[in-house]
Amino acid sequence: MIHLRHRLPKGDFVLDVDVEVPDTGITGVFGESGSGKSTLLRCIAGLEGGSGLPVNKRNIGYVFQDPALFPHLTVRGNIAYGAQRATTRRIDSAPVVEMLGLGNLLDRRPNSLSGGEAQRVAIAAALLRSPDLVLMDEPLASLDRRRKDDLLPYFDRLHDELSVPVIYVSHDIEEISRLCDHLVLLEDGKVAASGNLFDVVSRVDVPVLSGRNAGVVLWANPVDQEDGLTKFDFGDGDIWAPGEFEVGGSPLRLRIAASDVSITRDRPTATTILNVLRATIEEVHAVDAATALVRLGIGNQSLLARVTNRSVRRLDLQPGERVFVQVKSVTVRH
Amino acid sequence: MSLFGPLWLSAQLALITTIILVIIGAPVAWWLSQTSSRVKPVVQAVVAMPIVLPPTVLGFYLLILLGPHGAVGSWWVQMTGSALTFSFTGLVIASCIYSLPFAVQPMQNAFESLPKKYLERAWTLGASRLDAFFSIAVPLSVRGFVSGIVLSFAHTLGEFGVVLMVGGNIPGETRVVSIAIYDHVETLNYAAAHRMSLVLVAFAFVVLAAMFVINRRWSER
Repeated sequence: MIHLRHRLPKGDFVLDVDVEVPDTGITGVFGESGSGKSTLLRCIAGLEGGSGLPVNKRNIGYVFQDPALFPHLTVRGNIAYGAQRATTRRIDSAPVVEMLGLGNLLDRRPNSLSGGEAQRVAIAAALLRSPDLVLMDEPLASLDRRRKDDLLPYFDRLHDELSVPVIYVSHDIEEISRLCDHLVLLEDGKVAASGNLFDVVSRVDVPVLSGRNAGVVLWANPVDQEDGLTKFDFGDGDIWAPGEFEVGGSPLRLRIAASDVSITRDRPTATTILNVLRATIEEVHAVDAATALVRLGIGNQSLLARVTNRSVRRLDLQPGERVFVQVKSVTVRH
Repeated sequence: MSLFGPLWLSAQLALITTIILVIIGAPVAWWLSQTSSRVKPVVQAVVAMPIVLPPTVLGFYLLILLGPHGAVGSWWVQMTGSALTFSFTGLVIASCIYSLPFAVQPMQNAFESLPKKYLERAWTLGASRLDAFFSIAVPLSVRGFVSGIVLSFAHTLGEFGVVLMVGGNIPGETRVVSIAIYDHVETLNYAAAHRMSLVLVAFAFVVLAAMFVINRRWSER
């Protein structure tokens, strides 16, 4: 485990974090803007606060939102910068260059790269310093949708192939749900929740994860394919999602947003919704005057549904009751 | 009276002064660009003073300071047995003070316009403060260095008042080109004054034009 303990007053704002995160995999740090996510990373790196070990002695890799490649060096020079200063060389250049698809860019100048290419170079530079911990501060936030989609598969590979722990800051719950294994929620400089990603996102009582950020993540195996859809088995049920995924392939992550889940008392007969599942109400939590989050158990898995308080009253939804849920849309991590 | 003696002496003086000023001026400019210390305005004012002070005033105080009875001058006499005033070494010291702002200010401007993100990234990639200064800040501030070098060289070449006060007019030792031109005009030798002046005019034009061409090339890159 990595113990993060940081306290930094900044005017009205106070960052006060004391939390343990795993020393493997990717830990997401999620929160609204102004919650102190970036400040936390800067504290870990030693860029904030001005005390303790100097930045260059901490052996961390830092990927900033702005790649900020050194304009006077080529891509090759930029990648080598950290490696030349590494105290131990545990990570070799060739596999990283290959993993991030930089082979054809090595002699280019930073100002001739696209935003996504530049960010890949910045990641390679950070990895080749052979850090004990990699910090990523919204590395996708400055990219447009298409570039983001181009870059995400490289992050998937990082997640699958990298042995260094990563702390990944983002305000995009989709990114976090796709990449992270562990989740720390920050609210106004404090830790609101921390734990396994799958557990934390299925909580209904964390304000930052209500509203449009509410939704669960399931691990599921692609088991069948039909009409351009793939059937996923998540252990306690099946779910169909658009797209053709290799049947029998490795398990994938499904994200189901709470706003895409609705509840009915009776089994819907004539509906355009493909996925209708039997579930047990576990918890009903009023988020604000109008809306509520309902956690629904399906075997050992949970779904969240975002409904109105009026519907909760009208259907008289109580914990322990059996209902049907309709899932309108599923996001699959490819 | 040779044409090249004073020119050559001025060139030597300017070259040595410029080299010293880059070595001394770069750390001063770096400190000024990075510090938020309360004494920064004071240091800035001291560095900038030669721009506004009349050269005769500066020269007067330097004459006292470097003279055989002055704080620096007497120490120098003890150490070396010779006086600083009316010597080439004394001229170098005076020129360094006189031209300091012309070296420091362009470098400081370049350092200040350097985005902080490059330095922070360099530190996180394992570079110490000193390492990041040489590997990131200096190469990204080349334009400031070029401006500082050109300006302090040209400014030293053209100095008159300070040289006259501190160095006097000793051929081969302190008789730099601006003094020589003044001498020629005094003795109504306009032809000789013309020859030297034209060399300086041509030099100033070529150097400044070259600097602007280089700057344009870089901004296009």
